[in-house]
Amino acid sequence: MEQLFFCIFAGAAVGSALAVVTLRNPVHSALCLMICFFQIAGLFILLRSPFLAVAQVFIYVGAVMVLFLFVVLLLDVRKVTMEAVPVRNRGVALAVIGVVTVELLVLILGSGFPSAHMGSAGMVTIEAIGRSLFTTYLFPFEVVSVVLLVAMVGAIVMTRERHD
Amino acid sequence: MIPLTWFIALSAVLFMIGVSGVLLRRNIIIVLMSIELMLNSVNINLVAFSYYLGNLRGQIFSVFTIAVAAAEVAVALGILIALVRNRKTFNTDEIDTMRG
Repeated sequence: MEQLFFCIFAGAAVGSALAVVTLRNPVHSALCLMICFFQIAGLFILLRSPFLAVAQVFIYVGAVMVLFLFVVLLLDVRKVTMEAVPVRNRGVALAVIGVVTVELLVLILGSGFPSAHMGSAGMVTIEAIGRSLFTTYLFPFEVVSVVLLVAMVGAIVMTRERHD
Repeated sequence: MIPLTWFIALSAVLFMIGVSGVLLRRNIIIVLMSIELMLNSVNINLVAFSYYLGNLRGQIFSVFTIAVAAAEVAVALGILIALVRNRKTFNTDEIDTMRG
């Protein structure tokens, strides 16, 4: 049963990711990326981590993609014409990407990864994550808060109107 | 039960789709979205290993990855707005002031 859900989520994620990369309209791409993030949140639920699934939906779908859509809304995208990738370069890039993908899949699916079935592992609780974040990983936690502050200040400074 | 290799294979496929988006598209916004796709594929990998090894480190790592990716998107979109305000174009081929 879990394998069925995995196939549904994985298929929808790969399909919407391909749609992100191939669609012409950036708004359509952004909406397909939102769908992809929802599938990834479903995969996190399958991996017994509900906190990460909800964090993924809140942060990625609710903040990052909404930010993307605001930027697409503010800047006029109607003037975006057909992109011109030279045919020769596109072929080379596609060939390289195809070769690397096939190589990755052959190595991964043919490897002897011990399929350890941690079926007995229950849901990861928020208490466990919180306890770990505030004791063992306290320093990276504080550093990430400084990173977020710097990003906030930087984004505001960069989008200010110059008065010089 | 779902084998671990399925999750890693899915992560690799999503990563390569993101790479193809960065390499083949000329629209800046699509490139930024493909970068977010790559970061999410890495998150799937981390959480899958965290589940199958019974360790919490993978999930803590991906919490930090999500936070840093959100900060990076904010800065990248700030740069994008400032760039489009100056250059009036979304095409990466036309932004070549620093090209030698």
